[in-house]
Amino acid sequence: MSRKKSIAMLLAGGQGSRLGSLTRHIAKPAVPFGGKYRIIDFTLSNCVNSGIDTVGVLTQYKPLELNDYIGNGQPWGLDRNRGGVHILQPYTKINSKSWYEGTANAIFQNIKFIERYNPGYVVILSGDHIYKMDYSKLVNFHEEHEADCTIAVIDVSWEEATRFGILSTDAEGRITEFEEKPKKPKSTKASMGVYVFSWDVLKKYLTEDDKSEKSAHDFGKNVIPAMLKDNKRLYAWEFSGYWKDVGTTESLWEANMDMLNPACGLYSDDDDLRIYARNYEGPPTYVAEGAELSESIITKGCNVAGYVHSSVVSSDCVIEAGAQVISSVLLPGVTVKKGATVQYAIVGQGAVIEEGAMVGKKPSPDESLEITVIPEHKKITGTVV
Amino acid sequence: MKMMGIIFSNIYDDRLGDISSHRTLASIPYGGRYRLIDFVLSNMVNSGISNVGVITKQNYQSLMDHLGSGKEWDLDRKVDGLFILPPFGTGQKSVYRGKIEALWGARRFLERSNEEYVLLADSNIICNIDYRHLLKLHVKSGAQISMITKKEKITGHDDVKDMVVRSDFDGRVVDVLMHYGIPGVENCGIGMYILKREFLLELLHEANSYNLVDFEREILQAKCNLLNIHNLEFQGNILRIDNVARYFEANMALLDKSVREEMFFRCGPIYTKIRDEVPTRYTQGCCLKNSLIADGCEIEGEVENSILFRGVKVGKGAKIRNCILMQDTIIEDNVELDYTICDKDVTIQSGRVMMGAPAHQIIIGKGKVV
Repeated sequence: MSRKKSIAMLLAGGQGSRLGSLTRHIAKPAVPFGGKYRIIDFTLSNCVNSGIDTVGVLTQYKPLELNDYIGNGQPWGLDRNRGGVHILQPYTKINSKSWYEGTANAIFQNIKFIERYNPGYVVILSGDHIYKMDYSKLVNFHEEHEADCTIAVIDVSWEEATRFGILSTDAEGRITEFEEKPKKPKSTKASMGVYVFSWDVLKKYLTEDDKSEKSAHDFGKNVIPAMLKDNKRLYAWEFSGYWKDVGTTESLWEANMDMLNPACGLYSDDDDLRIYARNYEGPPTYVAEGAELSESIITKGCNVAGYVHSSVVSSDCVIEAGAQVISSVLLPGVTVKKGATVQYAIVGQGAVIEEGAMVGKKPSPDESLEITVIPEHKKITGTVV
Repeated sequence: MKMMGIIFSNIYDDRLGDISSHRTLASIPYGGRYRLIDFVLSNMVNSGISNVGVITKQNYQSLMDHLGSGKEWDLDRKVDGLFILPPFGTGQKSVYRGKIEALWGARRFLERSNEEYVLLADSNIICNIDYRHLLKLHVKSGAQISMITKKEKITGHDDVKDMVVRSDFDGRVVDVLMHYGIPGVENCGIGMYILKREFLLELLHEANSYNLVDFEREILQAKCNLLNIHNLEFQGNILRIDNVARYFEANMALLDKSVREEMFFRCGPIYTKIRDEVPTRYTQGCCLKNSLIADGCEIEGEVENSILFRGVKVGKGAKIRNCILMQDTIIEDNVELDYTICDKDVTIQSGRVMMGAPAHQIIIGKGKVV
């Protein structure tokens, strides 16, 4: 049987409960982002742009929309005869649990899928991060260092370090210590949740981990510490581009705002790192006389006659004359009627902001950022903060 | 009642000057992100037609590139789907002279298909039309051929219609006038015909034996009293593209909301090739009025009454009025353009000023640097 050098396993089962109403009906990776994308488009496109043509997508929470969105993988060029994208749902087995319990367990339950491709390396990814990365560089690093596991790391501030898995390395990048959410971080190298494992080693550890009663079956908490303890070759690979975990409404909003700043590198039509998405038909956007647009991105199918500043507008939105959209994210099909103001908000799909309504408020300098979220298909009158 | 479709991609190639000098009429960019063929092809698909042949003649590389496997129109199928029919023949007859020869070259495709009816259509009419409804009317009328027409005004002067159809009270065509220019309101042919597939093959065999070439003149006009031909008047609106001025008008017509709603949504969506562009970015200082903007643009200057295709860049201080800028046009800083059509990949270097006139637009050919 022929062998794939590396395949990717994309963990997309998270509920994303901190995104509130945005994930009431859909899984977090399926949440619309950046005008015309879904969050998962970034990792799927990264795989394709890195030459990885076999991707298992592990879904569990509200998978209907996500499964439908991924379909046969054609928008990403992942409709392949051998390989391509596969949705991997938990399933019942004889004498065994069925739901995915932890990240490591999710991969463990799909050992048969991975074995079909007999890969040298397995890249483990998370479906809820926004970044552009060439995974082949990570895999090459892993190969060169004859590592058992390589973890992509990014430099974070000392304050942020307490929220991440923090790594300490020796001079040549070999990991000496790994701590999940340390109270007193020893370094600022944070794990991005992007791992590459040599498959034979990972398979052994997953099998052992599954036997352990005490294990939470998690990569960060169990598998990686176990490998460290056994003195396996674990390396850190430093990534310097843009990366964001969009776990909260505030971070999701911030990542959308970063689309507006070309310096972040998210917004670019660079062919090597192009982000692909499933496209829905719609005419170009019409901008009427009297519209005022600045520092914003708008995709197709919209009718814009109002004031739009520093915002991300998805497809098929209507912004009437006299409406104001400021520092906000409109998901597909939103209508903002005349005299309405939307600021510092994420407005869900198909919501209607009625005439004169006020959504969100500008945070004063001494307050922490708070983003107002309007649930999908909601009609808003009056003031909602 | 199943119908198949045949699209002619090269009709009137010569009338659109530089815009069609390196492509078929069918693949002329239109409306910010479409090609002309998208309309007739999407209408067919939305009407349940799943077996479509596209007849090509010359310069059809851009058309092939656009249509690909037909997947954007859901025409990449195991059974039926999209078939591109390049010129077929031997020796000197390989490039056809008229529709009859073109169809004769495609007769194997017609013979192989199993639909009872066939729709023949040109690609120069923009409309959103339900062919299922027209097929019902055709069957009900008992006609051998139905000609789809639209009531249009002939204004005189140089306004000459390619085909004017006169019919009696029952809708039966009694006269077909070609290149007709006497002012008045007339039913004008829009290059779409419905007939039985077997009957078309019969007509083709007969026409071939007489060495006929021109479907409209030598069959429809010459035999309009021998055959039972009906006039099916289309009730929606059309935008007819048969010269540069009309091409410009048909684009600008889309700035009207009611036209957009009809052309893009009336009976179903219009599909086109996907380009995976980023959303369009509007920076501080840009100013837009009454314009249609596709994805992937970057706008820093002023744009008014214009159509911008995918991937157009408009630099700081630039003033774009009454223009059609096709995909990947780059307008550098402080350029001023009025009534100008820029074909694909044109670059206008900073500070240039070009002024066309409402009746005479400047056309900048594909890939030119000004």
